[in-house]
Amino acid sequence: MSSIAVSTTINGDDVEYLCQADETLLDVLRNRLGLMGSKEGCGTGDCGACSTIMDGRVVCSCLVLGAEAQGRSIETIEGMANGSELHPLQTKFIEHAALQCGICTPGFLMAAKALLDVNPEPTEEEIRFWLAGNLCRCTGYDKIVRAVQAAAAEMRGEAA
Amino acid sequence: MSFDAAYQSQKLKSVGTRPLRPDGVDKVTGRARYGADFNMPGQLVARVLRSPHAHARIVRMDTGAAEALKGVKAVVTAADLPDLTNGDAELFAVLDNCMARTKALYDGHAVAAVAAIDERTAKQALKLIEVEYEILPHVVDVDAAMVADAPILNDELFTGGVDPKPDTPSNVANRAEFGHGDVDAGFAEADFIVERSYKTEQTHQGYIEPHACVASCNPDGTAELWVCTQGHFVFRQNCADLLGLEVSKLRVTSSEIGGGFGGKTHVWAEPVALALSRKAGRPVKLVMSRDEVFRASGPTSATSIDVKIGAKADGKITAAMATLRYSSGPYPGMWAELGAMTSFACYDLENVKTVGFEVIVNRPKVAAYRAPSAPMAAFAVESAIDELAQKLGVNAVELRIKNAAREGTKSSYGPVYGPIGIGPTLEAAQSHPHMSAPLGKNQGRGMACGFWFNFGGQTCSDLNVNADGTVALAVGTVDVGGSRASLSLIAAEELGIDYKDVKAVVADTATLGYNDMTDGSRGTFSSSMATISAARNAIAIMRARAALTWDIPVEDVYWEDGHAKAAGTKYGNLSPLSVRDIAAESGNTGGPIAGHSELVADGAGVSFATHICDVEVDPETGATSIIRYTVIQDAGKAVHPSYVEGQYQGGAAQGIGWALNEEYIYGADGRLQNSGFLDYRIPVCSDLPMIDTQILEIPNPNHPYGVRGVGETSIVPPLAATANAVSNAVGVRMSHIPMSPPRILAALNAERD
Amino acid sequence: MRYERPETIMDATALLAQASDSAFVLAGGTDLLVKMQNDDFEAELVVDIKSIAGMADVVETDDSFVIGAAVPCAALGEHEALCAAWPGVVEAANLIGSTQIQGRCTVAGNLCNASPAADSVPALVAANAQARIAGPDGIRTVAVEDIPTGPGKTSLAKGEIIEAIVLAKPTDRSGDAYLRFIPRTEMDIAVVGVGVCLALNDDGAVASVRVALGAVGPTVMLCPEAAETLVGTKLEDAALEALAAACSAASTPIDDKRGTVDFRKQVAGVLARRAALIAFERAGGSQ
Repeated sequence: MSSIAVSTTINGDDVEYLCQADETLLDVLRNRLGLMGSKEGCGTGDCGACSTIMDGRVVCSCLVLGAEAQGRSIETIEGMANGSELHPLQTKFIEHAALQCGICTPGFLMAAKALLDVNPEPTEEEIRFWLAGNLCRCTGYDKIVRAVQAAAAEMRGEAA
Repeated sequence: MSFDAAYQSQKLKSVGTRPLRPDGVDKVTGRARYGADFNMPGQLVARVLRSPHAHARIVRMDTGAAEALKGVKAVVTAADLPDLTNGDAELFAVLDNCMARTKALYDGHAVAAVAAIDERTAKQALKLIEVEYEILPHVVDVDAAMVADAPILNDELFTGGVDPKPDTPSNVANRAEFGHGDVDAGFAEADFIVERSYKTEQTHQGYIEPHACVASCNPDGTAELWVCTQGHFVFRQNCADLLGLEVSKLRVTSSEIGGGFGGKTHVWAEPVALALSRKAGRPVKLVMSRDEVFRASGPTSATSIDVKIGAKADGKITAAMATLRYSSGPYPGMWAELGAMTSFACYDLENVKTVGFEVIVNRPKVAAYRAPSAPMAAFAVESAIDELAQKLGVNAVELRIKNAAREGTKSSYGPVYGPIGIGPTLEAAQSHPHMSAPLGKNQGRGMACGFWFNFGGQTCSDLNVNADGTVALAVGTVDVGGSRASLSLIAAEELGIDYKDVKAVVADTATLGYNDMTDGSRGTFSSSMATISAARNAIAIMRARAALTWDIPVEDVYWEDGHAKAAGTKYGNLSPLSVRDIAAESGNTGGPIAGHSELVADGAGVSFATHICDVEVDPETGATSIIRYTVIQDAGKAVHPSYVEGQYQGGAAQGIGWALNEEYIYGADGRLQNSGFLDYRIPVCSDLPMIDTQILEIPNPNHPYGVRGVGETSIVPPLAATANAVSNAVGVRMSHIPMSPPRILAALNAERD
Repeated sequence: MRYERPETIMDATALLAQASDSAFVLAGGTDLLVKMQNDDFEAELVVDIKSIAGMADVVETDDSFVIGAAVPCAALGEHEALCAAWPGVVEAANLIGSTQIQGRCTVAGNLCNASPAADSVPALVAANAQARIAGPDGIRTVAVEDIPTGPGKTSLAKGEIIEAIVLAKPTDRSGDAYLRFIPRTEMDIAVVGVGVCLALNDDGAVASVRVALGAVGPTVMLCPEAAETLVGTKLEDAALEALAAACSAASTPIDDKRGTVDFRKQVAGVLARRAALIAFERAGGSQ
């Protein structure tokens, strides 16, 4: 099987890689590019642990072929912080104890970022339904929702 | 050095605060390394071949074609994991579960494994392994497995715990009985009796991270294992035993763990990965797929439980009885026994009897799941208590308060209680605003109590004072939910230094003495005890260093607020020495300063909770939504309250999932039909409301700060609390968990007919 | 497996026409990539249609909306005119999977996957949507309900691709709605789905109506006998009861891990009643 050459943008950087036709973007990120912050919880789009943002929309990278990234722009958890400055969502997740084991956290952060990018003032219900594709088994979601609310408030410039 | 673990009432400075967790940044930036995030040079990829049959004899296996495939470096079967268990039946079950020997005992049972240069080759190789099965009759239901003509899984299994010893094999592995008094006499005294049978379906722990490990066996006989586990020391022991390795030659490093809940207390893939690595002579990475996680790891027992409770008209319970049948997968377990012990633990009963039957079935080997066995028993008992309250015409909280266990009560499973939290949690529930909030149309409220033993166990910690006065704390209990933060708080408290000056890590098996697993809610309880002990040992050394520095007798140096101080007035001109001061001079006063501790943390302190749940049920579809939920639980002392709340909320959410939708669904062919998160329906974010918590602190007399385990009890009440709420909303008693919409609608239809 | 990304629909159909039977069209991939996870699944060719011009566009003409086969469902919810015209269809499309799935999945893919439980399909059938099919012999247009022929099976010939779903602009005083039942609030496959589209006459009574049922038979099905119960009514209780009974009677579901026969039949009636009321209100009807 011959490899496919892909040129894409990941976290703002030009990236080129070779992948197999049936290889998922998640496998490319983890196994070829060393970007292991995206996690595989199911491989079938049911848990959201591999969430990445592609051309502005949050997607499950396990349901995207590596070859499909050609010419696209991909954001992963590794690109969320600005250097050593954490994104407000990252800060609020730590402050609000919104993670226990943390395996779902990168996926939640990417999905929540995609939400706040389009809806800076989501209601609790909007947050809960937007994040319904991200499974967390530790927290019962309470502190996650609160962290997203707090980050949204901070990003709007309100006192959290 | 002797260690006094007795509770001392004191004002705590660090414990009880909510600082940022030390592993937080790694986890929000994607840098934290979990089971599948580790690689070694030359590593191979492993895949496991699993039985598609629920029960089948392995007649013949041919791995020749797979071995011959280019890129395949090793194929292993049971022959590569010879039986070294030396008559240890429990260990043999672990071995047989890792790799079926003569029979496949459930859909998903491993029968062979390959290691190849890449995943594609490994998958291809699996298809080339020929297995000839003789399909045998199977049984997956706990009640069906107990009937006389049920297919027998193991011809050498005879029911234990009965006299005389049976002479025909049975799927009932054991009978265990608990209780005291005379239940017949108690029921004779009763004015009212409730009696009902209940069922709960099998659920999975549902951790988001699949099992993953990297195993590397070296030509010199040493081996390394990187693995997501709740107990790397136990994994080391199991793997060494099964592979015939010396314990000292196997080094196990626990990765960050992406959830366990009891499901990662048990080896499955790790011995197989080691066997593959040994055969191939290269490191091997084995990561389970989600399908494999459901089919071959976890789950909890399915149960069938009968409860009978009698009471006087004034509400005093006169007798209580339960018969509990728990499935344990294809090997004997102790799950019904735990269920029987916990059933009536919340109550002060004169006459109580519980009998548990362990039942083997053609399903995956049951593993612990958060307060294992207690939620199902609590579902049955707390449903019956609710029904009793209705029959008596009394308030369900008041009935429970009237019969609640207290200090000095002889528990239904034997021991006499010390100071406990069941009464206080009930009283807190009674006065909680949730209890009196109005309910709308099609809504119902339920409440329930729960109990868990908690566990202490073997624990070992190292506390090193660095030259700059900061502290490195090495613990051997895996951090499943924030314990590094809690233990850093404990070290800071005991030493009198800032939380930010402590850095806790989970040490590997080569660098610390043996530790039991993070199970039984023991992580923070036991490691905090060891941390306090280690800190006190370090303080003893720092006092001696101060004495040396000052050239005064060590007896005249005491420790207060993070400083060595000279006692009395005769040394009045000596300024206290801080940890930093003493550490800076340590090179000149005797070298590095460290405190070590090894202990058995006894007296974990039993734990109780009371939950309140409001639901709304759509009477036309049977759909249930949770509209309000409150958890009240005794923590002894909440070390880091945010993570205590997190345990309460997480356990409640898991219990709600169990109550409403989660279940293993088997086809008539004995195959699991929902081995994925699509149809194994754990709660999603939009399914739940905020989960209110109330932390009570009734100090554990056996811990210096009063800490009790908090991790497990929160999953015990939700099944019953939710079931009581649904039953109250629809006016029909729901006795089968999960209360999926088809079950609720069928119950409503039956009532309407 | 070969991955191709043609830039014209002709090239795409030619690739598929020449390939073996194990050739697949890739639009959003949310079904195809799940299938690829299965060890027994083998594909010789995957044809990614997202680079074909126009595939990712919703085009509004004077009398219709043309939804390209590669338009992610999330984009439908962002199309104001489409939402206003066909709220039921858009809601149905937006019920598929999670936010993450929404960013990728397409209504054409939902249709071609041919699951009887496909969320968007009952709504499309009720709306009388048409599928525009490109193939080696040119373009043809068929009613959406004629695409699925059984679970996982379609009437598409070798080399054919659905290039767009076409929705006529709704007539005045009409409305559509879709409801489904799932055990959770999100992330499940429909246990029952019902799409209703109706138009009112000048008296405010139902003039015409289409009812489509999902997950209660081998394919999504149009249910004329259920529709008949509403014609000439203002959705009075008796009419709604007759609708529910007709939908329950028309349902021929199976017992499976997602629901029972009895449950599905009963809930098909319940949802039909509720969906009809929503559509009626959207059409401007009042009782």
